[in-house]
Amino acid sequence: MLSVEKLFVSYKAIKALQDVSFNVEQGEIVALIGANGAGKTTILNTVSGIVPAISGKIAFKGEDITGIQPHEIVKRGISQVPEGRRVFANMSVLENLEMGAYIRNDKKAVAEEIDEVFQRFPRLFERKKQLAKTLSGGEQQMLAMGRALMSRPALLLLDEPSMGLAPMLVQQIFDIIQEINASGTTIMLVEQNANMALSIANRAYVLETGEVVLSGDAKELAANPEVRKAYLGE
Amino acid sequence: MTEFLQGLLSNINPYILQIIVNIGIGIVLALGLNVITGLTGQLSLGHAAFMSVGAFTSALLTIKLGMPITLNLLVTGAVTALVGALIGYPILRLTGDYLAICTLGFAEIVKVVFLNLDITNRALGLSVPPANSAIPMPFVVWGVAILAIILVSFVYNSRFGRALKAIRGDEIAAEAMGINVARYKVQSFALGTFLAGVGGGLYAHFISYINPSDFGFLKSIDILSMIVLGGLGSIPGAVIGAGVLSAAPEFLRFMANYRMLVYGALLVFMMLFRPNGLMGGVNFTDMVLRALGRKPHLKTVLQNREVGK
Repeated sequence: MLSVEKLFVSYKAIKALQDVSFNVEQGEIVALIGANGAGKTTILNTVSGIVPAISGKIAFKGEDITGIQPHEIVKRGISQVPEGRRVFANMSVLENLEMGAYIRNDKKAVAEEIDEVFQRFPRLFERKKQLAKTLSGGEQQMLAMGRALMSRPALLLLDEPSMGLAPMLVQQIFDIIQEINASGTTIMLVEQNANMALSIANRAYVLETGEVVLSGDAKELAANPEVRKAYLGE
Repeated sequence: MTEFLQGLLSNINPYILQIIVNIGIGIVLALGLNVITGLTGQLSLGHAAFMSVGAFTSALLTIKLGMPITLNLLVTGAVTALVGALIGYPILRLTGDYLAICTLGFAEIVKVVFLNLDITNRALGLSVPPANSAIPMPFVVWGVAILAIILVSFVYNSRFGRALKAIRGDEIAAEAMGINVARYKVQSFALGTFLAGVGGGLYAHFISYINPSDFGFLKSIDILSMIVLGGLGSIPGAVIGAGVLSAAPEFLRFMANYRMLVYGALLVFMMLFRPNGLMGGVNFTDMVLRALGRKPHLKTVLQNREVGK
């Protein structure tokens, strides 16, 4: 579904990604794990078009999407939940969700979609008139995910969904990610919480200073002694 | 018709009339900047420069072509919007302070250009003949001001307006929603400068003499103060801010030399006690409906719900 080949990205003189290749198949949950500065977020931002690639090729559903503007990429079915959630602080929960459906014109379908999001996140329904900045971190994460789902993406990119959340909430968010995946959305997930990420992913890629150093089945990686030592705190 | 309107005006003290017209022009200018800075969140310190582009365009259209005022203002607005879009395209990829400095620099360039062009009569400025209009200028000004309020209200509640609010909120998130941030910023700049141009055209015909030095940095700051005082991003705020700040220098005149001091102090107190502006964070429609008793307070809604359970 998504295939990335020989991707190079840099920020001015700093090389952020070097020769990164990976692919995501329909229906999968793929995790990208690695330390701070390994290039995880850069990969997501390059896929969603926010950061330009220097060279390499990104193809989605067989079409080359390298160098396409971010708003066009959303229309093709890739939706990103940015790092740090980035909800529209001064808009209500409902308005945030409506913004998520910005590219869609069918009002009735959008209303149904909002209903679906509210079913998935009952907490958001309780707070639908509240300004997003008054929500707790967990609720904001739910809102950011709900908002991203509003464009009906085929591929959902999640950037650090567990960031700054209490362990119980992290569990809840990851349960929801699995539910979203079960209802047919392919998911690519960036996480520092390698343990959680590997527990729900089908496959994973391990990044180190801008390069993919390991990849494979999530269960196998979780059992790999090196991974356990470097990322799972053993 | 014309005589009737003239008759109406002759009943008003010309000094008061001048203040009223200044408020009308202020509203048009403030609404324009409110689209750029209030709604889209792009700080512009060059609004007066666009006003001067409008003022000179409009004056020349009257002088050279004798164009009727309605058409004149539309053409003026379009020309200014075009200039705005051309300037906006390269500089709107900057954010915050950098953008502000760029608009400031542009404003200075415009001033110097007009000071050196023969067609704008260099530093002597232009005398503007009376507008080619059957309706007296004060009515034109307020008619345009009301149209501007309607236009901007319409934009606020449109799909376009929601995209602009999203850009103000968070550019990256807006981009991730599928909003073409670069394009919408330029469009918002064009709309804002359109109104600046129209405001400049009204100003030129009402004051009947324009000089490039009238549209300096201080004028830009005046307009910015209007929308900050009223509340960034609020239409009633822009109208009230324009009203208060256009009238304040006149009403404070009795204090003679101290008036600018009081004016400054007013702004300082304002920022201390209502940093979001007079109308910032106030839903005007709700407020009016509530005052009319059409809409219950949130509190009563919640109480009713409790009772309903």
